[in-house]
Amino acid sequence: MSREKLYGWGRTSPSVAEVLEPTAEEVSSLLGSSTHVLSRGLGRSYGDAAQLAGGLVLRNSAMTVMDTIDSDGTVWVDAGVTIDDLIRVGLPQGWFVPVTPGTRQVSVGGAIAADVHGKNHHVDGSFGHHVRSLVLATPSGTITCSPTDRAELFWATIGGMGLTGVVLRAQLQLLAVTSDKVIVDTTRFTNLESVMHEMQSGDHRYRYSVAWVDCMTTGATMGRAILTRGDHADRSNDERQSPREAKIGVPFSAPSGLLNGLSIRAFNELWFRMAPKQRRGEEQSIGAFFHPLDGVRDWNRLYGRRGFVQYQFAVPDTASETVVDAIKLLAESRVPSFLAVLKRFGAGTPGPLSFPMPGWTLALDLPVGPAALPRVLDQLDSLVLEAGGRVYLAKDARLDPATFRAMYPRFEELLQIKRTVDPDTVITSDLARRLELIRK
Amino acid sequence: MENAFGQPQTVVVLGGSSDIAREVTKKLCGARARTVVLAGRNESLLSEAAKEASNAGATATHTITFDAQDVTSAETAVAQSFAAVGAPVDLVIIAVGLLGEQMLDENDPAAAARMSIVNYAWPVTALAALRQRMIAQGSGRIVVISSVAGIRVRRGSYLYSGAKAGLDRLCEGLADSLIGTGVTLQIVRPGFVHTKMTAGLKPAPFSVDAERVAKDILRGLGTPARIIYSPSIMKWLFALLRHLPAPLWRKINEDR
Ligand SMILES: Cc1cc2nc3c(=O)[nH]c(=O)nc-3n(C[C@H](O)[C@H](O)[C@H](O)COP(=O)(O)OP(=O)(O)OC[C@H]3O[C@@H](n4cnc5c(N)ncnc54)[C@H](O)[C@@H]3O)c2cc1C
Repeated sequence: MSREKLYGWGRTSPSVAEVLEPTAEEVSSLLGSSTHVLSRGLGRSYGDAAQLAGGLVLRNSAMTVMDTIDSDGTVWVDAGVTIDDLIRVGLPQGWFVPVTPGTRQVSVGGAIAADVHGKNHHVDGSFGHHVRSLVLATPSGTITCSPTDRAELFWATIGGMGLTGVVLRAQLQLLAVTSDKVIVDTTRFTNLESVMHEMQSGDHRYRYSVAWVDCMTTGATMGRAILTRGDHADRSNDERQSPREAKIGVPFSAPSGLLNGLSIRAFNELWFRMAPKQRRGEEQSIGAFFHPLDGVRDWNRLYGRRGFVQYQFAVPDTASETVVDAIKLLAESRVPSFLAVLKRFGAGTPGPLSFPMPGWTLALDLPVGPAALPRVLDQLDSLVLEAGGRVYLAKDARLDPATFRAMYPRFEELLQIKRTVDPDTVITSDLARRLELIRK
Repeated sequence: MENAFGQPQTVVVLGGSSDIAREVTKKLCGARARTVVLAGRNESLLSEAAKEASNAGATATHTITFDAQDVTSAETAVAQSFAAVGAPVDLVIIAVGLLGEQMLDENDPAAAARMSIVNYAWPVTALAALRQRMIAQGSGRIVVISSVAGIRVRRGSYLYSGAKAGLDRLCEGLADSLIGTGVTLQIVRPGFVHTKMTAGLKPAPFSVDAERVAKDILRGLGTPARIIYSPSIMKWLFALLRHLPAPLWRKINEDR
């Protein structure tokens, strides 16, 4: 066992824990060996969700068995299998992951615990919608659950941020594809209103859709955006390839301030200049379309020693104005932010901590540093809460307990279900403590 | 737990009734601090500070009394403070200090001892009592209120400044000892601060009030800075002053 400093992807508030990489068989006994335990995947959550200060953290990296894919596209995998593994193995056989986040470096355990969503949420829902069954190690024993068997525990685990137990294995339903290419339509919009209108009326025609929005321009070009939408190319006799390794790396932390207002502004400008006004039917590789950032390894270090936060919220369809107000607030308060990601959401899961809701989601990358930032984000919380929305816990590093409870009013249900499998509250996390979801 | 901006939720202040401590506490409660333990000498001042903290947003306040002239009280005060929080302690502030009366104290062995105990020995004892507790937590922050006076000790306040110098230098080593533990220690070096402690003294250049120091401390909490100066110009001023030739140093301090 070794003590290790664990960070989230934003590198903002690390903490030290004992870290082990157990096999699935070893997990059950370890759940009884320490007062506080948490599982961790690849640490791609941005804040403190996969940290447990002073406790025992079980990294799922030694749980890597992947069974053969059944002819119906279902497959049993260990929690440490990654989205990358699934694509590498599945794609040549004609199977793609049903949902992928913006990076392939995510474990199945992490994808279940955060119930991750992708560019197809408006059509296919989140990762949890494609989990057929899962095996969960809890302090009260190992339990298999599914949408039809112990459904409450199943849905509490989907999006439960690792707090119901350690996912050991899961059965996933993969998506049949006939090529490794995506056919993409790109459109540039000069303001927010026009892109939102187009997404609302036209997204249903595409499986994948996402818009990149500039949050640093004000006035007439406020919220100018690039919308990319696509579908898997249908070519039944293609030779399929899995995506390439990261080619460029960022080995050291850059001096803080490299990504300051000026350079972010320049980057955003360049991005817009380079985008075509309108391009249809462009063929893109799966890597380029789904995981553009995976090409630069450790890009998060570009934000320097103080790191960055991602603020992602969801609001109902009736609250389109909130998206506009949020971007306006950011642009006016002049806290630098990279291109924001705007997406349409479909319905969430029955889980008590489910994040998505039919409507909009916006994600913003914000370097830590500007004195106004903490307050601006608190103001955004109020806007989001007022609109009946919520903040995504997998990205959060700064929400306060009262706002969390208001955004996730069903948190008591999670705790109730948790008590049935973890009566002594062995499983907790820095996130759960910060949100006062668990006071241990 | 501390959030991404270095804003703590649980705070222990040793020397909680000092003007600087009170300002810092108020500001912390205006951000994320909800559980606050104020430990110090004067119960009625501590209660006042606790009331201020509640008004600023704290939901649970506790007061604990100790006498910093007695080093054996340090361990008890720390143990009681951690027990009162009952959860990981995100931030411990050490703001214990005594300015004394140099001209009277310098020929009085008991007074000289008192100056070094309150300003040095007690804080060092408290830090020793804290250290293992914080390391076991795997997270947390310690802020020690030092002074620019410790950067170069002057004739007119060598009992106070000398003790601060010792504490300040010791904390640099202590901070190094914490690397990799998840615990960080930051040293605050304010310049001349208008407080009840310095009332009646002739202010030095760039003097500030406690509110300003609190603001600088809060800003510093969100950064990896080992040393927080307040006002920040002190950093450059003392980079210069510490290398001033001795006669010149004495000369500019003649009337102080
Ligand atoms: C560049 C980038 C792009 C991203 N894009 C998206 C996106 O488009 N959509 C989206 O939804 N998310 C996105 N994310 C967030 C990421 O998908 C989630 O945070 C995901 O949970 C990370 O998985 P991980 O394996 O790294 O888990 P970690 O970050 O290590 O852990 C996340 C949570 O999962 C829990 N956990 C891990 N393993 C297990 C297990 N075996 N059993 C139970 N609980 C477990 C942990 O306790 C923790 O609460 C992105 C992240 C990055 C860095």
